[in-house]
Amino acid sequence: MFRFANPARFKTLSRWLTPLSFTLAVVLLLPGLYYGLYDSPPDYQQHDSVRIMYVHVPAAWVAMMAYASMGVAAAVHLIWKHLLAGLYIRAVAPVGAIFTAICLVTGSLWGLPTWGTWWVWDARLTSVLVLFFLYIGIILLDRAYDNPDRGMVASSWLAVIGLINLPIIKFSVDWWNTLHQPASLTSFSKLADPSIHPDMLRPLLLMAGAFTALFIGLALTRTNIAIAQRRKMTHERV
Amino acid sequence: MNRRQQRITAISLVLLGVACAAGLTLFALRDNVTFFLTPTDLVSASSRPFAGGKTIRLGGLVVYGTVEKNGLLTKFVVTDMNEDVPVEHEGIMPDLFREGQGIVATGTYDPDGVFRASQILAKHDEEYMPPEVAKTLEKYGHPGDAAQKGTP
Repeated sequence: MFRFANPARFKTLSRWLTPLSFTLAVVLLLPGLYYGLYDSPPDYQQHDSVRIMYVHVPAAWVAMMAYASMGVAAAVHLIWKHLLAGLYIRAVAPVGAIFTAICLVTGSLWGLPTWGTWWVWDARLTSVLVLFFLYIGIILLDRAYDNPDRGMVASSWLAVIGLINLPIIKFSVDWWNTLHQPASLTSFSKLADPSIHPDMLRPLLLMAGAFTALFIGLALTRTNIAIAQRRKMTHERV
Repeated sequence: MNRRQQRITAISLVLLGVACAAGLTLFALRDNVTFFLTPTDLVSASSRPFAGGKTIRLGGLVVYGTVEKNGLLTKFVVTDMNEDVPVEHEGIMPDLFREGQGIVATGTYDPDGVFRASQILAKHDEEYMPPEVAKTLEKYGHPGDAAQKGTP
């Protein structure tokens, strides 16, 4: 794991992994959009608004995955003082915030025709809103200090503490009565017998792959930018 | 303990503390975190001040054959397979409202045993399928049909 804590080694890795991720994102996105928008049946209840799911659910998955990776990086930054881990948080927080915003907005657009309301304060919706605020808090804390390296420590603490929210989001629909429906894909074995018709599962999984690859590409690019910015800043100081 | 072990301990303790705090808070607020009450909660919990003009939410399945429409006034019965509560709502119903559908009603549980709703939301389940599949399933018993077994 720490082999890539060295920025030079990280650069060698990202030199081929970044274009690969972006290529994979496009390769998965095109059939994902084709099946999602055109070649898949409407739902028996939601009709065509089921297509919002193909953006909403992958965005939610990536938003949570991004936070989990950030939480781990934050712990690494605090314990081993690896600079790269701190720069990763700085790079990824805005990306995660945008995926969370996409999840909240598309969820609202789906909620109005399906539930009859844009927004309710149920446990799932509220905990995802908290995730969005955590991302915003991490971005702001990172920038709140004169010495940016100290901001990285503060935002790391918030990122670690915020990890508590991830199981709350995941299990909110099981622990409490919520308006939001429970998960349809609960395990890998469920993929063989899903609550989602195979014709709808296909675009969902394609889009999930595309969003994940897009996130990896963006995370690598932005981490490299953060490395370069910090290098420039420290050189100017000396 | 060296510095690194101290930091690991500190982070673990902080995480444990925050987890306990979050768990206790959510447990203490469980009545508020829960988005709606079931008909069983409403009927059996006589000790709680649910009846008496307090605005609450009631969730359950619409029992088959109980929906009566009279202009804007809609009457139906909501069940959780254990208890039934009659609901009245004056206003527009969501598109997904139909017999067997899960709904969440906001309103008051009046002393006459009728839940008068000011808003009806449709609850969607985790099943996604094309209309043809739903039709076939309906023939052989769709999960939503369980509402038919609700006590009359």
